[in-house]
Amino acid sequence: MSEITSLTLYELIKNIKEKKISSNEAAKSFVDRAEKSKKINAYVTENFENCLKLSKEFDDKPNFDLKLPGIPIAVKDLFCTNEVRTTAGSNILNNFVPTYESTVTQNIWNEGGILLGKLNCDEFAMGSSNETSFFGNVQNPIAEDLVPGGSSGGSSAALAANLTPVTIGTDTGGSIRQPASFTGTVGLKPTYGSCSRYGIVAFASSLDQAGPMSKDVKDSSILLEVISSFDKKDSTSIDFKRNNYSSELTRNIKGLKIGIPKEYRVDGMPDEIEKLWKKGIEYAKDCGAEIIDISLPHTSYALPTYYIVAPAEASSNLARYDGVKYGLRSSGKNLIDMYEKTRSEGFGEEVKRRVMIGTYVLSSGYYDAYYLKAQKVRQLIKQDFDQAYNKVDAILTPSTPSSAFKIGEKSNDPVSMYLNDIFTVPVNLAGLPGISIPAGVDKNNYPLGLQIIGKPFDEQTILNIAYSMEEKINYKNNITDWWMK
Amino acid sequence: MTIDLKTVKHISKLARISLDEKKAEKLSTDMNSIFEFIEKLNELNTDNVEPLTSIAETTLRFRDDKITSENIREKILKNSPEKNDDFFVVPKVVE
Repeated sequence: MSEITSLTLYELIKNIKEKKISSNEAAKSFVDRAEKSKKINAYVTENFENCLKLSKEFDDKPNFDLKLPGIPIAVKDLFCTNEVRTTAGSNILNNFVPTYESTVTQNIWNEGGILLGKLNCDEFAMGSSNETSFFGNVQNPIAEDLVPGGSSGGSSAALAANLTPVTIGTDTGGSIRQPASFTGTVGLKPTYGSCSRYGIVAFASSLDQAGPMSKDVKDSSILLEVISSFDKKDSTSIDFKRNNYSSELTRNIKGLKIGIPKEYRVDGMPDEIEKLWKKGIEYAKDCGAEIIDISLPHTSYALPTYYIVAPAEASSNLARYDGVKYGLRSSGKNLIDMYEKTRSEGFGEEVKRRVMIGTYVLSSGYYDAYYLKAQKVRQLIKQDFDQAYNKVDAILTPSTPSSAFKIGEKSNDPVSMYLNDIFTVPVNLAGLPGISIPAGVDKNNYPLGLQIIGKPFDEQTILNIAYSMEEKINYKNNITDWWMK
Repeated sequence: MTIDLKTVKHISKLARISLDEKKAEKLSTDMNSIFEFIEKLNELNTDNVEPLTSIAETTLRFRDDKITSENIREKILKNSPEKNDDFFVVPKVVE
């Protein structure tokens, strides 16, 4: 049998159910590997001792009917975990220990999952490279000094480095799909309203969604089934009939119509991305899908819209960090001075930039010109998709306009960093589900991903397409454990 | 349109983030390049477009006006940087 840490979630569950591996053995393997993988800097907070203890308790009294029986799982440090420090990658929450649990993580523990620890991410999920984290850069296991993508960069790196069998991230503009693409892993952003936002540190509330990140498509379907639930504690949670995503997973996608949007052929897109996309179209055809050219005319307006809507919501959400109720407090000569110093010392550069943009676009006299305008364009972007879905069942695009870049390469130019999310942002603006699967490599052997976008609440279809294409693509990550040498 | 230093300082007051001169200048440069990129939206005529305020076409749910969590005072105060019995403590506001 191959090493425990390199098993997929599905294989690990099977082995645990067949009593070939105990939960404690699995936990030990992941903890041992994490101890040897500090250089990746995936963890912000380790929960190793507790995980080993809980896994033992599971083994003493196992319940194999659970969906994640005794499975150790590390999660992005944006999910509040009861009694376990939750930082959101920020200095301002450096000492924050929640007294409650996010619904999504609670769903995982209810099904037998055990917390391994909290994974690094861009500060308040604002970033595309994990370089804005207060807790330092994360190494992409693919090659040294390469970013793992972001904001769920600790999650994608931990997954690719076999430090966790599966993980969860959050995606506001691409923060699950882009890091998945950069690390040769699978990342799914569900339809807005599928997974509860309760207990997730808020960034942009109308865009934020939690979702699974995994080594293959089947694992994402298993985890989605666990985390997707209607929750009264989230006022935008939607009560719809959820599929049994993993048992309904099929490679029969014959006759499904897949749209190819011409506007995603952006200026300056590298040849290798274009080639990958063409290859993807061929794979989809081989799987029996019908390919249809479509148009999403407002695509190029998505990023500018996003950079009004997301900072505006962020500036409002982050107003709660005032040095009074929790988190960091700096001393000041009066109340206002204390607020200003706390926020200046507690927030990093990118977060300040976005709070400032958000405050500006919502300030008196500018609301109509920016925020209202953006909300109108957002409507047009959503209508583009609505019309496309009259003709097709799903849409196939590249996940990102490039492969992973070097640490430091884009950190001084915010706009060039923002362009990373050009293919993922429209999906958040329209509230749709999207999945990124590894589909090939570039000239440096760095992974490249393809994205499949679905109709609202139709995660099953994009999972099925991804599952079929995955078999044809047959992608294998070639990770050498260089960080252990 | 340009976002000058004076505007940046005004916005930083509204956002309750103190900035030194150097950081304010850097932010002014960054914000200008970001807004240059955002201005693209003005190409579009949106006069007859309804703003999208909720992505899921549902109305917000009502709930009964009942207390569902009780005796959580300690939990709420637990992470406070400074507290006094049952209160959050802030710098003196009234002279």
